[in-house]
Amino acid sequence: MTHAQTRFTSRPEWVGLGVMVVLAVGVVSLGAGWVTGITRIIALAVMLVSVVGLVWTAFVGGLETRRALAPYGLLKPGILWLSLFFLAPLWSMLQMSLSSKKSRFDFSPSFTWEFGNYATALTDFGPQFSRSFGYAAIATILTLLIGYPLAYVIAFRGGKYRTILLGLVAVPFFTSYLIRTLAWQNLLADSGPVVSLLNTLRLEGVLEFLHIMDNGRLVNTPAAVIGGLTYNFLPFMILPLYVSLEKIDIRLVDAAMDLYTTASGAFRRVVLPLSLPGVFAGSLLVFIPAAGDFVNAQFLGSPSTTMVGNSIQNQFLRELNYPLASAMSFVLMTVITASVLVYAKFMGTDDLV
Amino acid sequence: MSSAMGTRQKVGRRLINSAAVLGLVYLFAPIAVIVLFSFNRPKGKFNIVWQGFTLDNWAHPFSEPEFTDALLVSLRVAGLATICATILGTLIALALSRYRFKGSGAVNLFLVLPLTSPEIVLGSSLATLFLARGVERGFLTVVIAHIMFQVSFVAVTLRARIRGFDWTLEQAAMDLGATPQRAFWKVTFPLILPGILAAALLSFALSIDDFIITFFNAGSLVTFPLQVFGASRVAIPPQLNVLASMLLFGSIAIMVGGLIIESRKQRLAHGKKLARR
Repeated sequence: MTHAQTRFTSRPEWVGLGVMVVLAVGVVSLGAGWVTGITRIIALAVMLVSVVGLVWTAFVGGLETRRALAPYGLLKPGILWLSLFFLAPLWSMLQMSLSSKKSRFDFSPSFTWEFGNYATALTDFGPQFSRSFGYAAIATILTLLIGYPLAYVIAFRGGKYRTILLGLVAVPFFTSYLIRTLAWQNLLADSGPVVSLLNTLRLEGVLEFLHIMDNGRLVNTPAAVIGGLTYNFLPFMILPLYVSLEKIDIRLVDAAMDLYTTASGAFRRVVLPLSLPGVFAGSLLVFIPAAGDFVNAQFLGSPSTTMVGNSIQNQFLRELNYPLASAMSFVLMTVITASVLVYAKFMGTDDLV
Repeated sequence: MSSAMGTRQKVGRRLINSAAVLGLVYLFAPIAVIVLFSFNRPKGKFNIVWQGFTLDNWAHPFSEPEFTDALLVSLRVAGLATICATILGTLIALALSRYRFKGSGAVNLFLVLPLTSPEIVLGSSLATLFLARGVERGFLTVVIAHIMFQVSFVAVTLRARIRGFDWTLEQAAMDLGATPQRAFWKVTFPLILPGILAAALLSFALSIDDFIITFFNAGSLVTFPLQVFGASRVAIPPQLNVLASMLLFGSIAIMVGGLIIESRKQRLAHGKKLARR
C-alpha cells in the first residue's frame, strides 16, 4: 500500500464526512447559482472526483473502513435533498431580498445590494410584524394555560385511558387545518352559537370593555385571530407537555409532601421545574408556526388584523414583488431565530430537539 | 386543619379536572361543527347557518367535482412524497441511531432547522429558487416541497422511536452466520417497521393537509387545501364537510386499528413470556 492509501483508509470517517460536505456545498452552489459556465463544470468535476475517491476508499479499505463510511452513505440522499431544497432556497431568498426591480412590471429582478427592500419591509409593514409576534406570543401563553391542565390530567390521572385521551388530543390533526378554521368562522359568526350564548349571559359589555368584542361582533377582531391561532396549535403544546410530565416519577411528589410541603408547593417546586423541557418545546412548536401563519388572519380577521404572513403572501403571489416579499421573509426568520436563541438561554436548555 | 387542607386539595383537584374537560371541549367544538354541518341543508352558497337535517350530502359525497378532483390530486401528491420521504428519512434515522460518527451533532441540528422555520419562509424561499432557476411550478415542485419538510419529520420522529433499539440483536444474528444484509432484513427491519409506518402515516397526514408551502409552489395545480381556500371566498358546499368527516373517520379508524394490533401483539408477547415460565 502506498503512503496516501494508508492515510486515507486509516481515517475513513474523515473521507466520509469530507465527501458529504463537498457534495452538499456543490449541490447548494449549483442550485443557488453561485457557479455559472466554466465554474459549474469545475464544481461538477470536483463532486465527481470526490465520489470516485470515496468509492475507491471503500473498495481498498477493509470491513472496518466500510463500516466507518456506512453512516455517511445512509445520510447522503436525505442531506443532499435538504441542501438543494432547503439551504439553496434560503440563499436564493437572501439574494432576491437584495435585488431591485427596474420597473413595477419587471418580474426577474437583478441583484444590486438593494437594502431599500429591508427599509420598506420594516417601515411599511411594521404593524404587521408587531401583530405577528404579539398575536403569536399571546397565543403561545394561552395554549400553555389551556394545555397544561389537560396534559397534567392525562399524564397523572389518565390511568388506563391515557392512550385514548392522548388520541383524542390528536384528533384535530385528522381534519383539515383550513376546514377547522372555517368551522371557527361558523362558531364565531354574528348569528352563531358563541355570540348568542354571550348575549344570553349578558357578557357582551364586559367583552367590549376588554376589546375582545367589537360592536357586538366576535369575528374580524384580533381576539378571533388569536383564538384561531391558539386553537390550531394547541395540540403542539399538549403533546410535548405530556411527554415531559409523563416521565416524572410521582413518588417525588409524595416525598415532597412527606417533607411537609403543600400540594401547590410540591407542584411549584417539583412538577413544574421537571416539566420545563416540555414547556420549552411546546412554546417553540406553537410560536414559530403561529408567527408565520396567515390563514387565521385571513379567515377570522379583518384588514386591520393582518399579520406578516398575509403581507408576504400578498407581495409574492399577487403583487409579484419578490424582492420585498423575500426581505420580509428574511426578517421574519431572523427575528424568530434570534428569539428562539434568547429563549433557549433564558430557559437554560441547550437541547433544541 | 388537616381536613381543611383535604377539602382545599379536593377543590383544587376538581378545578384542574374541569379545566382539562373544558380543554377537550374546546378542542372538539369545531370538529363537532364540521360533522354536524355535513348534515345541513344550506340555503345559498355558504354552509354557515343551520337550516335543517338531511342525508343528501352523504348520499352524494362526490357531487362537487372540483373538491373531489382536488382531493385526488392531494392523495397523489401525498402518496408519492411520503414514499420518497420515508425512504430518505429512514436512512437518516438509521445512520443517527445506529452509528456514532463525526459530524452527527451538526446533522442533528441541520435536520431540526426545517422544522423550526416558519412554513411561509420554507414556501416562499423554495418558490424563489424555482423562479430564479426558471423552473415552472406544478405537480413536481409541490412533491419536491413536501418531501423536503417530510424528510426532516420522518427522520426526527423515527430516531426518537428507535432510540432504545438493541443493536446487539443484529450482531447475534451475524454470529449465527447471517450476512449483514440478511441480519438487517430479517431482524432489524421487522422490529423497526411499526415505527417507520407510524412516521410515514403522520407525514402523509402532514402532506395532505399542507397549505402554506403548497400555496407558494403549486402554480396552477389545485390540491384539496388550495381548493378549500379558493372556495372559501366564493361558495362552500356541504359536500366539503362530508369529505372532511370521511377523512376524519378514516384516519381515526386507521389509528384505532393500529392501537388494537399493537396491544394484541404486546399481550401475545406477554403471554409467551408467561408460558415459558
